[in-house]
Amino acid sequence: MMKSEKRPLAPAAAPHIAEGTGVRTVMWTVSACLAPALVWGLAQFGARAVLVAATALAGAVLTELAINAFRGKVTIGDGSAFLTGLVIGMSLPPAVPVYVPLCASVFAVAVVKHAAGGLGANWMNPAMAGRVFVLLSFPAAMRAWTAPAAIGAGGGPSLDALTGATPLGAVKTTLATVGANAVSPDAAASALRSLGGPATLLAAGHYPVTAFDAQLSAWLGGLFGVNVRPGYFDLFFGNAAGSIGEISIFLLLAGAAVLFARKIISWEIPVSLLGAFALLIWAFGGLPFHTGLFSGDVLFHLFSGGIVFCAFFIATDYVSGPLTRPGKIIFGAGVGLVAFLIRAAGVLPEGASVAIIFMNMFVPLIDRLLKPKRTAIVRERTP
Amino acid sequence: MSRSLTFARGGVEPLDFKSLTSHLPIANAHIPAVAVVPLRQHAGAPAVALVSPGDRVREGMLIARADGYLSANIHSPVPGLVREAGELTMPGGGRSRTVVIECAGEFDRSGKILNRMPWEGLDAATLNALLAEMGVVGLGGEGCPVHAKYAACEGRPVETLIVNGVECEPYLTGDHRLMLEKPAEILEGASIVQKITGARAVIIAVEENKVDAVAVLREKIAEKALPFALAAVQAKYPQGEAGLLRHVLLGERAARPATPGARTIVSNVDTVFAVYEAVVWRKPLIERVVTVSGSAVVRPSNVKARIGTKIGELFDDCGGFTEPPGRIVMGGPLLGSAVVDLDTPLTKLTTGLIALNRREAAVSADHACIRCGRCIRACPWGLAPTSIVKLLKRERIAEAIEEGLNDCEECGCCAYVCPARIPLLAYFKKGKRDGRAPSRDEAS
Repeated sequence: MMKSEKRPLAPAAAPHIAEGTGVRTVMWTVSACLAPALVWGLAQFGARAVLVAATALAGAVLTELAINAFRGKVTIGDGSAFLTGLVIGMSLPPAVPVYVPLCASVFAVAVVKHAAGGLGANWMNPAMAGRVFVLLSFPAAMRAWTAPAAIGAGGGPSLDALTGATPLGAVKTTLATVGANAVSPDAAASALRSLGGPATLLAAGHYPVTAFDAQLSAWLGGLFGVNVRPGYFDLFFGNAAGSIGEISIFLLLAGAAVLFARKIISWEIPVSLLGAFALLIWAFGGLPFHTGLFSGDVLFHLFSGGIVFCAFFIATDYVSGPLTRPGKIIFGAGVGLVAFLIRAAGVLPEGASVAIIFMNMFVPLIDRLLKPKRTAIVRERTP
Repeated sequence: MSRSLTFARGGVEPLDFKSLTSHLPIANAHIPAVAVVPLRQHAGAPAVALVSPGDRVREGMLIARADGYLSANIHSPVPGLVREAGELTMPGGGRSRTVVIECAGEFDRSGKILNRMPWEGLDAATLNALLAEMGVVGLGGEGCPVHAKYAACEGRPVETLIVNGVECEPYLTGDHRLMLEKPAEILEGASIVQKITGARAVIIAVEENKVDAVAVLREKIAEKALPFALAAVQAKYPQGEAGLLRHVLLGERAARPATPGARTIVSNVDTVFAVYEAVVWRKPLIERVVTVSGSAVVRPSNVKARIGTKIGELFDDCGGFTEPPGRIVMGGPLLGSAVVDLDTPLTKLTTGLIALNRREAAVSADHACIRCGRCIRACPWGLAPTSIVKLLKRERIAEAIEEGLNDCEECGCCAYVCPARIPLLAYFKKGKRDGRAPSRDEAS
C-alpha cells in the first residue's frame, strides 16, 4: 500500500478515458482478419504466390520505413503500410512477375499515401491505386493466373487456357468468342442463349469441379429434390482460380464477422455495395446470355472475383471513404454499380479496384452534400 | 418491453466501474486539520473575503460574501483560526484566492441537536433568499448559484422541474447513494424548489439500471402522496446533460410549452438535497458527498467531506494508492479536470476524485484523423467534430461556427471514441474561447 504523497502528475485534458480501439489496433486487427484468406490462397497457389505476397508486403513496409527515415517521423507502427502491402499482395494474380507487386506497393505507399500527406490525407485507397497502377502498366503480366491446387496439379502456367483462367475471365472470353463467331446477329443471340448462364457455360466448357463440390451439390440436390448445378461450393470455399487472397469467400466472411463484432467496420458500405451489385446482376446479368431481364446469376457473381474481398475489407477503408452513414451508403452503392458495369460491359473481366478509385473521387462531394443533421434541442442556458 | 427512454443518437457506453462504490454507504471523512477554502467555487465572480488572518471563525460562519449575480456566499467548513489568505491554481485552469483555516475549538453544528425549521409558511422569495444566504450552488459541476437560477424564472413561469438523478459519468455513485439513503429528504427538497419556482410538474429522473433507487423513490413518493412523476431513463452517457434530459423527458413540450415562454428547470439530486438542508436545518453548504474511486485507490468509497479538505487526505481516508496513479481526476473521467497537486482542496463542485492507473489514463496523441466517422456517430448534437476541428486547426473559426462549433455542449463523446486520440474536446473548448462564443450567462 502506498500513501499518497505530493508529487507532480502530468496535467491532461478531458476526457481522461478512451475507448480501446486506437488506429494501431484497427489496422492490425484488419490485417489479422485477412490472414486466413491469405493463407488459404498461398496454400492453393504455392511458392509463386508466397513470393508475390511477400514482395508486396516487403515493398510497402520498406517504402514506409524509407519515407519515415527521410521525414524523421516514424509511422511504421500504425500498421497501415503493412495492411496496404497485405491487401496488394492478396489482390494480385498468383504468378505475376515480382516487379508487379513491388511497383504496386511502392506506388501505393510513396505516391498515393505519403505524397498526399501521409495516413489520413490520401484521397485514394492506396492499395487499390497501386493495383490499378500495375493493371495499366503491365496488362499482360496481370493475367498470370494459375489453377489452385484443389483443381490443378499444383498450379503453374502449363495448364490449358480454360483451367488457368478465372471463372469470370473464362465466361467473358467464351461470350466474346461465341458472339464473334456467329454468322448473323440472330445466330449469335441463339448461340448465346444456349449457353444458359455463367455456371452452365463453365460446366459445358469442362471448367474443373472438385469432388468435394460435386458430392456436396449432389447431396444438397437430393435433400431438396432439386438440381443443384455444381461449381458454387468451389467458388464459395475457394477452389477456383483468382487473385491470391480473394478466392475463399468463406474465410473472408469469417474475417469480416470478426471486424463486425469488434465494431471496426459497420454495415453501411458492405450492405449497400453488395446489395446494389446483386440487384443489378439479378436484373441485367442475363442480358449477355439473351435470357431476358431478372435472370442474372447472383450467387455466381457474388462468389467469383474480388467483390466480397472488396466489400468488406477494401471499400470499408476509413480514410478514402465518406464520413457519414448516408454518405457511406451512397459510396457503397456507387462502388457496386461501377463494379457491375465493368463486369457486364467492360473489357476487363472485373474491376472492383477501378470502381473504388472511381468512387473515391466523389467522396469530397458526398461529404459536403451529406453532412450530419444537427439535433434540434432547445437550449436553456443557466440561469 | 417498451424501448428505453433515451436520446435519439450518439452517446457512448463506457465501462462504468460503479460497482466499486455503489454498494457502500456514504461514510464521514475525517475533519481536516487545515481547510483551504477557495473563494471561487461557483460560476460567477469570486466571493469577497470577510475574514483576515488571525480571525477566529465558527463552523458554518459566513467567511466570504457573494459578489454579483452569479456569485455565491462561502462559509467556514470548520471552526478555528484563519491562518492565511492564500492563492492557488484551480483544476481546470484559473487561479483563486483562498482562506486557510486551522481547525480548532468547538463545533456549533456537528454532533449537536438542531431544530427542524418549518418552511411551509414561508413564501418563495424568502425561501430563495435563504438559499442565497446558505451559498447553495448547482453541485453537479455547473456551479450556478441556485437562487439565481430559480429567481431567473420570475416573469417566466416554470412548467416543469426535473430533479436530475441521472449520474451518467463512470465511477460516480454519490448521487445514487444519496437517493438510497436520503430519499425523503430529496423529495422534501424538491417540494421546496417547486414552491420557489412555482413549477407545475416535477419529474424525478433516474437511470433505469439503478433499480434500487427507482424502487425507494417510488415507495417514498407513494407514501407521502406527492404529485411527482418518476422517469427511468436508459443508462447512457451523457444522458444526465440538462438539455438532453429535458429533450428526452419532455420532447416537443420542451420546445413549445403549453404556456408560452414557460421554462424547465433542471437541478441535480445532490443540489436538491443541499436545498433541503439549507432550508430545513439552516445549514450552509460546507460539506458534500464525493466518490473517491479508481483502480489506483485501495478502498474506493463514497465520503461526506468538508469543503476545503485536501484531496490527498481524502485519498488517505480511502487507504491511499495501490500504485502511483497515472492520473488523478477531479469530477468524472469524461468531464473532470486532471489534478497535479494533492494539496488541491475539495470544492462545492467536486463530484468525484478518480485515481486512474497508468494503463487506463487516456493519453491524447493527436495523430492524423483517419476519417473513421466515429466522432460523428458519437455526437448527441449531430455535429461532425472531425470536420469542425480540421477548420479550427487552420484557424477558420467563422466557418467552424457555421458548422456548429457553438452547438457543442462539451460532453467529450467524440474524443472518447477517437481512435487517433485527437483531443477533439480540447480543440472545441479552445475554439469556442477564440471565437468569443457567447458565454453561458449571455446566451439565455
